[in-house]
Amino acid sequence: MKRFLRIVCTASLMLVTALLAAADFDYDLSPRKVAEDTWVVVGRNEDFSFENGGNIVNSAFIVTEEGVVLIDTGPSRRFGEQLRKAIARITDKPVVRVLITHHHPDHFLGNQAFPAASIAALPGTLEGIRRDGESFNENMYRLTGDWMLGTEVTVPGQELTPGPITVGRHRLELLALDGHTGTDLAVFDDSTGVLFAGDLLFHDRAPTTPNANIPRWLASIERLDALPYKVLVPGHGAPTTGRAPITQTRAWLQWLQATIRSGAENGRDLTEMLDLPLPPQQARLAVSGAEYRRSLSHLYPAAEQAALEHGGTGHEH
Amino acid sequence: MKLASLLLASVLLCCGHARADAPPTDPLESARWDDMRKSFFDGQQVVFDARVQVTGPLTAENPMNVPVAVNASGLPGVRQVIVFADFNPIVRILDFTPGAADASLAFRIKLQQSSPVRAAALTADGVWHVGGTWINTTGGGCTVPSTGSASPEWQSRLNEVSGRMWPREGAGERVRLRIIHPMDTGLAPSVPAFHIEELVLADGDRELMRIHTFEPVSENPLFTVDLPPGADPARIRVSGRDNNGNRINAWVTR
Repeated sequence: MKRFLRIVCTASLMLVTALLAAADFDYDLSPRKVAEDTWVVVGRNEDFSFENGGNIVNSAFIVTEEGVVLIDTGPSRRFGEQLRKAIARITDKPVVRVLITHHHPDHFLGNQAFPAASIAALPGTLEGIRRDGESFNENMYRLTGDWMLGTEVTVPGQELTPGPITVGRHRLELLALDGHTGTDLAVFDDSTGVLFAGDLLFHDRAPTTPNANIPRWLASIERLDALPYKVLVPGHGAPTTGRAPITQTRAWLQWLQATIRSGAENGRDLTEMLDLPLPPQQARLAVSGAEYRRSLSHLYPAAEQAALEHGGTGHEH
Repeated sequence: MKLASLLLASVLLCCGHARADAPPTDPLESARWDDMRKSFFDGQQVVFDARVQVTGPLTAENPMNVPVAVNASGLPGVRQVIVFADFNPIVRILDFTPGAADASLAFRIKLQQSSPVRAAALTADGVWHVGGTWINTTGGGCTVPSTGSASPEWQSRLNEVSGRMWPREGAGERVRLRIIHPMDTGLAPSVPAFHIEELVLADGDRELMRIHTFEPVSENPLFTVDLPPGADPARIRVSGRDNNGNRINAWVTR
């Protein structure tokens, strides 16, 4: 009976906490200035939850004389609307261009708050949003609940071409890369030295891999590292003037790739791989255990199959 | 609903203590346990036994491919092991008879909703030893058609085996096998049940393990089998068939 009462109490407490946290669905977005004209709304280093409403991602904007350039719109309609208000508290310039880095839901589901014609993405990202957008949206409802209310998939109205664009006094280099997904946009602002890396870089948080190609991703990180950046804005985790997002993301991916390859080549079962402890360098990143296990589910089967094909098998007919 | 079942469970627990011959209470507290006991072990002796280990993720990332490992090798004289999931629309996952192999097997399953996944090992004295674990999932694993069912390329490779042997740390061998098969459950609209039924691993005349698989085993099933020191087969013959009578016939060497 004691146990029963404890369960009832815990359940009610959890319910009350959840209701208090979510009552006004306020993401409490406060843009942080990272360079001249440049602001980042920094999400939490967590997984999607009913508590954070999907606010685990960075959106960034550049205020120019011609208007505001926004990079990524966040995980929901509410987020997009609150982002628009947060921008309006910094500047009275309108948002004239919205760039979407890739097709993952936390980066584009705030699109509804902006005119579709002002939103642009690389062709592969448009295709990804058309293909997976609905199922991503449904999944976000499952993971964060009513924070998603009214959110619908809005496909960007413009196709981006890689190369330089100029908005006001800012010259932006659009880089078409890949590896985190099939199409990843990075934006380098020549005038301030800010590199908006999208999810090609994570900072103090373990990278996610549901659509990853690790060798391609590592090659993209080399491209980014060759740029004369002064500030790195990762897709997840705090912006920094240091190199940590590059070194951490690269180290995680190299370790993950080596762990998966050697596990498969040594005949380890997936259940055994799930139980492996993480090395300290990887373990200290936020949500490292959960992302490691998720990555195994995404990437281990292909490595296993490759390892099995190195074995001796024949068929009798 | 959860509160009601908790109340019911505590009432049942009290009654259970009052009766000397009552079946043991389920450590996984599943509302389906009584049905499981009746359908698999009616009239037979059942004990919950920590020596029967079922390992799986706490939460399944992909409900179509949930990794599960069963290990009953700590229990002497295992005749047969059956594996089932209380809340799956098709409860029975597989069973296996360890011959010369260890009483352990790893594989992947489709889970439709969060469920206990259990293994029951039958020992020579006629007692079923049951172990298990809860695996949570967002679901949908059983009612989705296989990738293979829509692909002619996969049909031409049906029942193709890739396998490999490794020396185990310490001693003995590990065998891993993947077989190309859609393993359709029959629960997806217009896709009939189509799955491997039997798989036998043998070293010459010596049977290493016999596995019977059912619909919830994942598409392109992958099995991990461990052989004790001294088994040392140079070449393992893999034979079997699916429910449409298609044969599996391959061999695996180091």
